[in-house]
Amino acid sequence: MGVGIAIVAARAGFTVRVFDTSSEALDRAHEQTADFLKKSVARGKLSPSDRDATLARLIGSTRIADLADCEFVIEAIYENLTAKHDLFGQLDQVCPPETIFASNTSTISITEIAAGSGRADRFVGMHFCLPAQLMRLVEMSPGLNTSDETWRAAWAFCEALGQKPVATSDTPGFVLNYFLIPYHNDAIRLVEQGVASPADIDIAMKAAMGYPMGPFELLDLVGADTQKLLCDAMFGLTNEKRAACPPLIRRMIAAGHLGKKSGRGFHHYDDSKMFGA
Amino acid sequence: MPVNVIITGRSRSFPKDVPPMPGSGTVLAGTAAADVISGAAKACLDFVAVELNNECLGDHIGLDADPIAARIVGFARFRLGTADPSNLIELVSMDWTDEDAVAAAKAAFEGGGFVVACCADRPGRIVNRLIRPYFNAVLRRLDDGLASAADMDKTLMLGLGYPEGPNALLARTGLADHHEVTAVLEGALGDNDFTPARRAQIAWQRASK
Ligand SMILES: NC(=O)c1ccc[n+]([C@@H]2O[C@H](COP(=O)([O-])OP(=O)(O)OC[C@H]3O[C@@H](n4cnc5c(N)ncnc54)[C@H](O)[C@@H]3O)[C@@H](O)[C@H]2O)c1
Repeated sequence: MGVGIAIVAARAGFTVRVFDTSSEALDRAHEQTADFLKKSVARGKLSPSDRDATLARLIGSTRIADLADCEFVIEAIYENLTAKHDLFGQLDQVCPPETIFASNTSTISITEIAAGSGRADRFVGMHFCLPAQLMRLVEMSPGLNTSDETWRAAWAFCEALGQKPVATSDTPGFVLNYFLIPYHNDAIRLVEQGVASPADIDIAMKAAMGYPMGPFELLDLVGADTQKLLCDAMFGLTNEKRAACPPLIRRMIAAGHLGKKSGRGFHHYDDSKMFGA
Repeated sequence: MPVNVIITGRSRSFPKDVPPMPGSGTVLAGTAAADVISGAAKACLDFVAVELNNECLGDHIGLDADPIAARIVGFARFRLGTADPSNLIELVSMDWTDEDAVAAAKAAFEGGGFVVACCADRPGRIVNRLIRPYFNAVLRRLDDGLASAADMDKTLMLGLGYPEGPNALLARTGLADHHEVTAVLEGALGDNDFTPARRAQIAWQRASK
């Protein structure tokens, strides 16, 4: 996820320091970025000189001290509050006081992460969509202590990235995941109850609502393992029964039917060609 | 040979023209369609398709296997409130319905240019089972101040490629209709995720005055 955000910022003309504790992850990020930008050139979306300039603006590092000159930091590490507090605590020591911190968290409260950052007034939520380098939406949420000045600056920065910010409150799942996770679970329960097959449900939702993808096509991209993590986080926070992980997801994970990445999920895949729907 | 279409009373699926559908069967549409089922079923065609509104097929043909009723399927063309009907036909069968009858009805509707999704005979079929709790959640969270209606819609359109956000869609097609459908499903399923949201209740009360 972090790689996509870094591409967005570099493409928009900002110098970006890509920090990861793992050098292998940095190498992978570099490869993915070069690959993506190469495809953008091949599709006529980017000139070769813009590709070179974008790549030159991305500077990888495994040393947190290299972030000392950053004016804006967007965090996209593991979805774990302690790990995020630990990182922001270090960043608070390294970065100047005026640097704004943002988190790309999907489920953790912005106010809670900000509380461990040493600068809760200069902290915002910036939730990008996967794949960030293609999706323009960013759900922006202020924590309880975010200052108006920080909010305005972060909003302007998001627009300067060429993204489309929308304001949401700091509540579990913000807008997108709050609605999407239970909707997907409801669809899985229809299959569990024998109401219809995944293929028929996908056909129905696309034809009735004009949605570009059926719930199972999307779930197979998200992955059964990720859906379970999202459910566990959302149900733990909201206690809403529609967010609870359906038993079928657990069985699919045990059987290795994770979705497109494993060749089989609710649909079967062969050479990334989709069957079933 | 085209399918024989009989419309008795007002039909939500076919408010205007019915496209010609190939096959040997009868489509019974309209509010009084169920009254003529048994006569049509005895005519020995490949299938009889009876239009359903918010009720189940079992309400008309019972739950027990029956050789004549085995060629009867239910159908509904999905339609949200006052919007034009969609191109989707939800085709409903019992676990004892003749498979050939289901296949013949599916082929007839597809031959008429519709997209067909098959499902079991359960309240709300597929689409209402999925979108009604979703719409209720949207209406509830709007009350909670999660985001403005416009921002919620924008998020779902940008994030998921929806052609229209749920708030605009409900405003356009009628919150009172959402109330009508969800109230039936809440009764049938006993699940409070279908309890009409406050905004829908108000729209319903005002529309009923
Ligand atoms: N994957 C998605 O669909 C998605 C979408 C939106 C938001 N998010 C959010 O983005 C964040 C990251 O998700 P992901 O799926 O990319 O995770 P991931 O596990 O794929 O990647 C996390 C990266 O962070 C690095 N890392 C871990 N601890 C670090 C530290 N202390 N300092 C620097 N680097 C560290 C890891 O080496 C790894 O490369 C999470 O908060 C998640 O909720 C994910």
